[in-house]
Amino acid sequence: MRPTPSPVLRRLFLGSLRRRRLATALSLLAIALGVTLGLAVQLIHAAAIEEFDRGVRLVTGVADLQAVGPRMGFDEALYPRLARRPEIDSASPVLEVQAQLPEHQRRLRLLGVDVFRVGAVTPGLLPVPEAEADPGPETGAGRDTADVAGAAQAADAGSADAAADRFAILREDVVFLSPAALNRLGLSVGDRLQVQAGTQTLGLRVAGRVPGAGLDQELAVMDIAAAQQAFDRLGRLTRVDLRLVAGMDPKRARDALQGQMPAGIVLRTPEESADEVLGLSRAYRVNLTMLAAIALLTGGFLVFSTQLLAVVRRRREFAFLRALGLGRRRLLGGLLAEGAVLGLVGGLLGILLSYLLAALAMGFLGGDLGAGFFQGLQPQLRAQPVVTLIYLGLAVLAGVAGAWLPAREAARMLPAHGLRSGDESEVFRGRPRWGLAGLVLAAALVSALLPSVGGIPVFGYAAVALVLVGAVLVLPGVTPWGLRLLPVHRPLPRLARARLSAAPGQVAVAGAGVVASVALAVSMAIMVSSFRVSLDDWLGRMLPADLYLRAAESDASGYLEPAAVAAVEALPGVIRVRPVRFDTVRITGVDGPVALIARPVAGTSGLPLVAGGPPSASTSRLETSRDAAAEGRPVWLSEALADRLQLGIGDALSLPLGGRAHGFRVQGVWRDYARQQGAAVIELSDYRALSGDQRTNDVGIFLAPSAQPEQVMAQIREALDGGFSEMIQPGALRAIILQVFDRTFLVTYLMEAVAVLIGLFGISTTYAALADSRRKEFGILRHLGLRRREIGNLLAMEAALSAAIGVLVGLAAGGAIALVLVEVINWQSFGWSMDIRLPVGVLAGFSLAMVLLAAVAARLSGYQAMRQDAVLAVREDW
Amino acid sequence: MLRIENLSKRFDRGPGHPLFQGVNLHLQPGESVAVMGESGVGKSTLLNCIAGLESVDGGSIRLRGRELTTLDEDARAMLRRRDFGFVFQAFHILPHLTLAQNVALPLWLLDQPEADADRRARAMLERVGLGQRADDWPRYLSGGELQRVAIARSLVHEPALVLCDEPTGNLDPERAVDVLGLLFERIRDAGAIGILVTHSRTAAGHADRLLSLTASGLRESPAA
Repeated sequence: MRPTPSPVLRRLFLGSLRRRRLATALSLLAIALGVTLGLAVQLIHAAAIEEFDRGVRLVTGVADLQAVGPRMGFDEALYPRLARRPEIDSASPVLEVQAQLPEHQRRLRLLGVDVFRVGAVTPGLLPVPEAEADPGPETGAGRDTADVAGAAQAADAGSADAAADRFAILREDVVFLSPAALNRLGLSVGDRLQVQAGTQTLGLRVAGRVPGAGLDQELAVMDIAAAQQAFDRLGRLTRVDLRLVAGMDPKRARDALQGQMPAGIVLRTPEESADEVLGLSRAYRVNLTMLAAIALLTGGFLVFSTQLLAVVRRRREFAFLRALGLGRRRLLGGLLAEGAVLGLVGGLLGILLSYLLAALAMGFLGGDLGAGFFQGLQPQLRAQPVVTLIYLGLAVLAGVAGAWLPAREAARMLPAHGLRSGDESEVFRGRPRWGLAGLVLAAALVSALLPSVGGIPVFGYAAVALVLVGAVLVLPGVTPWGLRLLPVHRPLPRLARARLSAAPGQVAVAGAGVVASVALAVSMAIMVSSFRVSLDDWLGRMLPADLYLRAAESDASGYLEPAAVAAVEALPGVIRVRPVRFDTVRITGVDGPVALIARPVAGTSGLPLVAGGPPSASTSRLETSRDAAAEGRPVWLSEALADRLQLGIGDALSLPLGGRAHGFRVQGVWRDYARQQGAAVIELSDYRALSGDQRTNDVGIFLAPSAQPEQVMAQIREALDGGFSEMIQPGALRAIILQVFDRTFLVTYLMEAVAVLIGLFGISTTYAALADSRRKEFGILRHLGLRRREIGNLLAMEAALSAAIGVLVGLAAGGAIALVLVEVINWQSFGWSMDIRLPVGVLAGFSLAMVLLAAVAARLSGYQAMRQDAVLAVREDW
Repeated sequence: MLRIENLSKRFDRGPGHPLFQGVNLHLQPGESVAVMGESGVGKSTLLNCIAGLESVDGGSIRLRGRELTTLDEDARAMLRRRDFGFVFQAFHILPHLTLAQNVALPLWLLDQPEADADRRARAMLERVGLGQRADDWPRYLSGGELQRVAIARSLVHEPALVLCDEPTGNLDPERAVDVLGLLFERIRDAGAIGILVTHSRTAAGHADRLLSLTASGLRESPAA
């Protein structure tokens, strides 16, 4: 192996990169940006998943199986039945509540555990009482680290003090916080933590820590009986963690036990439980990764543009070297090496930037990039060598792929032809490749029709990539059509048209990056606009009331008692109320919990239905009849759930409520943008009758036309007698939701901006290189009487025209990609349908801006060509 | 009429002593002149000064009574567009334009309607013997044919002055004779003034007069 590259490679090829600094720098930057975005997203998600996994390991401990049910819990009688089974070594009951913290305006995961059982299955959750007078710093990493190590010893040591304090664990008014929760909430042992239960606020004393939770898991632990009492869940559990006897296979145990489970309770391994949550975020994570990959692809297009132009400029040099005996393969290898070096250096730069960006983003956003899946996690950035190497490989691949066609073009050139004047123009003749383009686009269509693979729309993404490639392939073919639009009565447009007509390949070279970036930006703009308009419309239909009241978020520990709802309904100015109860259920055939929404449907504003309808008169009668159970009560499924269960109108569905399975019949399918895992709506009266649960989460309040919402809100506060609640008018709620929506797409917008920037780099570098290679042409035009600024205008016009054609093709490709995003990728990822909306104004403005920016970029890039000496230019031999 | 009076030009770089000075030249429409001289004496520079592509250090150049040395860059460009034709040693035919488009280029720059420009370009190509190849691309032509296209381009807009810098330098002697014969014939037909810079006495022999450029000015030389 040679220690250094050969002089031919070093001086003739790699040296060329150093000579054309601007083009090299922009290519490096384009690749670096693609790598930065992609790798940063991966690093953040990897850290979040790692942290999430740690949390799962903590709360599952050494459990082999978990019995899980609806969010509101199940009968605790299941626990002793399970504990007595021969397959079970230890069982630990858990009541998990998302405790609303009114003082902190946030929720905290609170686990009610049996302290005599928890140590055997989930020792990490063991609370350790501490004396209040315990000296030393109350917060801080150093203290926490010591605690983590020391607490377990303290728990095991059984010192006299610790033994005395252990009784504190059983008190009903105490809570134990993890070091991370203490830090985040700014609390110390001995302080009081206010939690909301229903509309009331309870004060719990922080009696110690949960040191096994580590530094990053925010949670609280209290005695299970105390938790049941505090949150009015007497006799209810949300989970039983099970440790099997030694040698028992979890799958065999599950098969044996599942039949004993009441309806709606399922047995899961801890890994499956984690997968339920990670599976929900997977589609979002893959979407972001794919967006970043397209940014890298656009970078590859830029390498293609710059390398092709470099090959054009060096055509005679290569012909001369070939004449001197440089082999075709060596020429090809040298040019590919240039691309590889661009990819390698750009990749290394991108890796550096990605770690910086990831650290910065995690400092501001934690582990959540906008979709809310990893909210509350405080992950630590860690080196990911494998992922990093993969991205470095992708960067090199992008560089080599970008250099491939130009290198092949140079290697195929006949030296005798290459030495002739004007032979460079051959490269730009760019023959239309209709056949290949048609083939690629047909493959895109077929890909778009294929189903997802493991819930990931792999073929949908392939369709996006194929549409992009197809769009670039049609560029030379559509260029003559575009040129016909150009007015020809002025000399400069005539020159520009003549140039581009004869060299449509120039449009392909300059426009490839533009097509890719415009297609990406346009497709995202159409998708986001369609989504936003559909969401707005959906909110209008989901929020028909004049005022909304809730005790807390739907999955948190606040709720409204029936008396409170009745009190609100009786207030002057209130015409009627629409109470809603949220729970989750486990349905056979669906991994993970499904949202259950119980609300009055008949006689109220309908759901945003896409199929079926509201209850008919006969159905309404059925509701009250004794035959309801036999005929099936009505249920309305969200699109995602209907798709996952493969159910349609009139199909039967069994829903577990109150520990028993009940028959329902699908009455309609509705659009739901709030619950990706799927949701089922049933009549509130059915829910109450079948579950016995009379509580309410949200109340929609319909006011008399003369009523003032602000006055009614004051009356409600008075009626609730100081109980904690939140009220909001639909306009404000809609504004908040749309704000969250826009924030969710912030990362997407950032990636779009980068793609557009890379596209403009492409135009800029292309025209800088073209201007340089056309010095002689501009010299003769100056002799013939063209002024300097007219040379600049000519360049700007050609660039604007190239960009306009690229933008037109990009618009068409973007429209096609938007269709794939909406109809294939969104549907397969999230189960959301939406109405396509074209943001015409935005697209027109964006297109015009791209064309103008391209013209400006080309004019600036061609400044040197405008300044050159016309006399010197024509003296150079052509 | 072209009238050059006491023209002088210094070296742009270096010691700053004159390249040439005291250059005087009077030419009538239809008249042609060949300028010879040693390499580096400034023959091409003289052409560039006349074309307004290089500044002068003294003297006057008047074309049809209009002083050229005091014009700004835009005015000089407009003058070249309207009144000048050029023929270069290296042809300088644009490879991305057809022969007809190359010849029509000066007419395009003068805002002539495209159809009219095309008609005149084809007529001019006919006159230089390439009428049948008007729609061909330059890459298919020989050097002699390319120079014929350049001659057609230099005359298509009926300029007052045609400047030729070694137009046969890249051609074999036989082709050179053909091209020069055609060039001067067309210049005379058009009633233009022709100035030819060359090292070749044979080439110079096609012009009406032969002049020799030295540092101290232009002198009449005996014909070849």
